[in-house]
Amino acid sequence: MDNLVIAGQTYASRLLVGTGKYKDFDETRRAVDASGANIVTVAIRRTNLGQDASQPSLLDALPPSQFTYLPNTAGCYSADDAIRTLRLARELLDGHDLVKLEVLGDPNTLYPNVVETLRAAEVLVKDGFKVMVYTSDDPIIAKQLEEIGCVAVMPLASLIGSGMGILNPWNLQIIIDQAKVPVVVDAGVGTASDAAIAMELGCDAVLMNTAIAQAKDPVLMASAMRKAVEAGREAYLAGRMPKKIYTASPSSPTTGIIGSK
Amino acid sequence: MIQVTINGATRQIPQHFNLSQLLEEMQLAGKRVAIERNGEIVPRSQYTAVELLHNDQLEIVVAVGGG
Repeated sequence: MDNLVIAGQTYASRLLVGTGKYKDFDETRRAVDASGANIVTVAIRRTNLGQDASQPSLLDALPPSQFTYLPNTAGCYSADDAIRTLRLARELLDGHDLVKLEVLGDPNTLYPNVVETLRAAEVLVKDGFKVMVYTSDDPIIAKQLEEIGCVAVMPLASLIGSGMGILNPWNLQIIIDQAKVPVVVDAGVGTASDAAIAMELGCDAVLMNTAIAQAKDPVLMASAMRKAVEAGREAYLAGRMPKKIYTASPSSPTTGIIGSK
Repeated sequence: MIQVTINGATRQIPQHFNLSQLLEEMQLAGKRVAIERNGEIVPRSQYTAVELLHNDQLEIVVAVGGG
């Protein structure tokens, strides 16, 4: 079987999905099911003081026994905040140590702050976390994050939530070629073809949230993404034909055409 | 009464209140939360043992939907 392996754990699906921006937990659950994802990202937030304790929670909709949770540090703008958030997450999830580190640098673009990201990654790896790290598509930074001990590097395809697709396939290709840990395209996927292209480049997996949650029909888009990731992976493994311009090679026999002399 | 800060907001609580009692009063008993007290994680097993002190800074978090 062609499985995804992250930090020694095997996953059947190469599509990782976020759980934000859905209408309600029911839609979240149906979309996650349609995506086939094994790994789901979650955010860590303060409890609302005085909230109704009888309200269902995300953990009821997506039981941690059925999915691998990937707590993230979305919204953190410093290494310290990210580290605190993930220590809380580890306590919250009974010692679960697979996490998504993201340290943002700017609220308008949500572009990662790679300096703070490197700093946080060092502390978290030393603290025993298995860190999947969101980063820019800079191959040097990706390499440094791997050398620190991150278990997966997750470069952006384009800005978080932008749906702009893969803007720099060449940088992604360099990151993929040099990486010894899984490369997961995280952020920027807008539609199924973007996911397929990421997988055809040789990415190990794709992580997305908005592309599914903000589609007109999130459950149908989740299904489309599942197929796109599978199709892209198979195309990558199959090995595409070389691109040729002006070297025509018909698919049908060149002889026996009627009317030929 | 003593004053503590919970998730950025100040709150008056009785003296000798422990974390379990606080969660009870906040209607969070039995919910899956994690607590940081003055920058340190408090393991769930310690909630009854940890008595709150004046000016304690608490962060109480849950998992929510996110990317």
